[in-house]
Amino acid sequence: MKQFLEGSFAVAEGAKLCKPGVVSAYPITPQTHIVERLADFVATGSLNAQFVNVESEHSAATVVLGACAAGVRVFTATSSQGLIYMSEVLFNIAGMRFPVVMVCANRALSAPINIWNDQQDAVSLRDSGWVQVYAENNQEALDFVLQAYKLGENPKIMLPIIVNMDGFILTHGMETVDVPANELVDKFLPPYKAPYKLDVENPMSFGLLGDPTVYIETRYALHKTLEDCLSMIPQVGKEFEATFGRKGLDLVELYKVEDAKTVIVAMGSVCGTIKDYIDTQREEGKKIGLLRIVSYRPFPKEKVYEALKKIPKVLVLDKSISLGSEGPLYTEVKSVFANKKPKVSGFVAGLGGRDITIETIKDMVDISRKKEVRCEFLGLRPELLKEDFYVGI
Amino acid sequence: MSESDNGHFEEYMFVSGHTACAGCGQSLAARIVADCAGKNAMVANATGCLEVFSTKAPESAWRTPWIHSLFENSSALASGMEAALRYLGKIDNTRVIAQGGDGGTADIGIQALSGMLERGHDVLYVCYDNEAYMNTGIQRSGLTPLTASTTTSPLGAKMHGNWRNKKPLIEICAAHFIPYAATASVGYIQDLQRKVKKALSIRGPKYIQIHVPCPLGWGHDSNLTIDIGKSAVLCGLYPLVEYEFGKLANVFKVPTPKPINDYVKAQSRFKHLLKDEAALKSLQEVANKNIEYYGLNK
Ligand SMILES: Cc1ncc(C[n+]2csc(CCOP(=O)(O)OP(=O)(O)O)c2C)c(N)n1
Ligand SMILES: [Mg+2]
Repeated sequence: MKQFLEGSFAVAEGAKLCKPGVVSAYPITPQTHIVERLADFVATGSLNAQFVNVESEHSAATVVLGACAAGVRVFTATSSQGLIYMSEVLFNIAGMRFPVVMVCANRALSAPINIWNDQQDAVSLRDSGWVQVYAENNQEALDFVLQAYKLGENPKIMLPIIVNMDGFILTHGMETVDVPANELVDKFLPPYKAPYKLDVENPMSFGLLGDPTVYIETRYALHKTLEDCLSMIPQVGKEFEATFGRKGLDLVELYKVEDAKTVIVAMGSVCGTIKDYIDTQREEGKKIGLLRIVSYRPFPKEKVYEALKKIPKVLVLDKSISLGSEGPLYTEVKSVFANKKPKVSGFVAGLGGRDITIETIKDMVDISRKKEVRCEFLGLRPELLKEDFYVGI
Repeated sequence: MSESDNGHFEEYMFVSGHTACAGCGQSLAARIVADCAGKNAMVANATGCLEVFSTKAPESAWRTPWIHSLFENSSALASGMEAALRYLGKIDNTRVIAQGGDGGTADIGIQALSGMLERGHDVLYVCYDNEAYMNTGIQRSGLTPLTASTTTSPLGAKMHGNWRNKKPLIEICAAHFIPYAATASVGYIQDLQRKVKKALSIRGPKYIQIHVPCPLGWGHDSNLTIDIGKSAVLCGLYPLVEYEFGKLANVFKVPTPKPINDYVKAQSRFKHLLKDEAALKSLQEVANKNIEYYGLNK
């Protein structure tokens, strides 16, 4: 049903349609309306969930972790300081492989304290192991929530997901959105069936101490599964489209890139503005296009390469800054085109205390003699990389 | 445990094979808590010695569902588990236990603990009080007793061990007007079992703080764990009390409290007290105040 809603209420409707059993969040501008609306749903009985009024974001993230570990679908939302305050728990959730879904109303970080929009909060957590997608408008934000559960709860994936929406611009902006019918959502998203959980009938231990003999394999598995999402995200998007009749999730969106001489790269709501600009420029015969990054984690390097390899000029627009370096999106886009001279290979080793020995260094050099690699893990124990660590689709 | 005992072994919820030190009071207390709770319980554990020595991947000493997330959030983790069980309609026949050390409870985790108590979750929180951050090498916590030397309250010309008294955490918890808050000791196993069972029979938030001697951190022989636990109670330094809905409901009487001398003598963390009369007196004062405040000898 079409409704004229502010973005916060649109994603709250989206979350409600997914029927989470436990919702927990903490107030922070500009996220607050999302959790207020969910509290309202619970209060009026239109959402049958436990609403846990926590004392902090650290606890909000932990409550949804605990509930998800007990086998229940969960939802949380936050912003800015709240997200950073949660960050310890967010790394933990990803490491434990629970499909928590969160909406982040993107906002600047203090100091100076500032409630307005940029994307520094979520971008700063890019290495946490969460899938991160960025919505351009309120319809997408709502739709991404449904698709986030579909993706994360896939037993081959089991990853947490942040649906990012720009604070105020989307959260407080009114747009007409189509709120899908319950039956359609139920068809698209069956109830969560946890492949592992806290259960007195089948006692298991979670969150064990992973010493140097096992830790790096857990990181490898997370990394590989995030890479698997490069194929799973478009697949979920296609299923979404088949059910709801409008375009679903994808890794990137190409807007008038085909014949473009200049392409802008950006994420989130600013892409709407950029598209308007492109349209007016095109009327004047200026060949400009847009590459919108929808999935920031995993980062779709290949899509970016394919889209931009013949474009003479690329402009990357960041709404965050890696202080002391440059815009993080710029770094990543540029890295895709670093295949010229000198050849730069990338290796990962020594995570969690795994020894880096002379042998490791020798392996690294040997591999580089045979091929150019981007993210090669050294010294893995293949016997550990079975389903225990959730790797491979 | 012999092969023939396997059937019996099945009844234990926290089993041997873990890597706790010899004489670890915490491992003993944790076993008692887990066994009292039985099969229909799940545990949220804070980071600390207990978590580290009981679950080194791929092994686990736990036969109940068990989860560890971080250092300061076991209360919130248990809150989420409880909310999920409530949603699933399973809360009436599943007990939820959150647990952590004195540091994870009284210091870094006190906010999450207070939140859990205030929200009224049906969770038993167990604090294993070995009176310092043991897992990271014996640093002072808010529950380290006055005068005790630790690696961050060392002895020197300008510092003579811990300069503050224990945080009154039991009163802080009781002040949330929760149905049950109690202190216990591994020195008194039956009393501990009774309190855990009682707590688990009550709906709503409960708190139990268990005194658990730590041979390594306190510097005592590993065969003395139980004796030292008893000794702390009998000199008034560790009063065993029960609060119901914020009111003191029961105290473990100590008709003729002993001077603290024997208690401190057995532990190297207090060894300086044997030469420093003023310090010894200041700790004796703490015991005296406890005796008076709780009416231990009345
Ligand atoms: C946020 C955070 N800060 C610090 C630590 C390091 N740390 C791990 S366990 C621990 C001390 C635990 O002390 P306590 O809670 O008393 O438990 P014990 O080991 O004594 O049983 C510390 C400081 C951590 N893991 N996380
Ligand atoms: Mg301790």
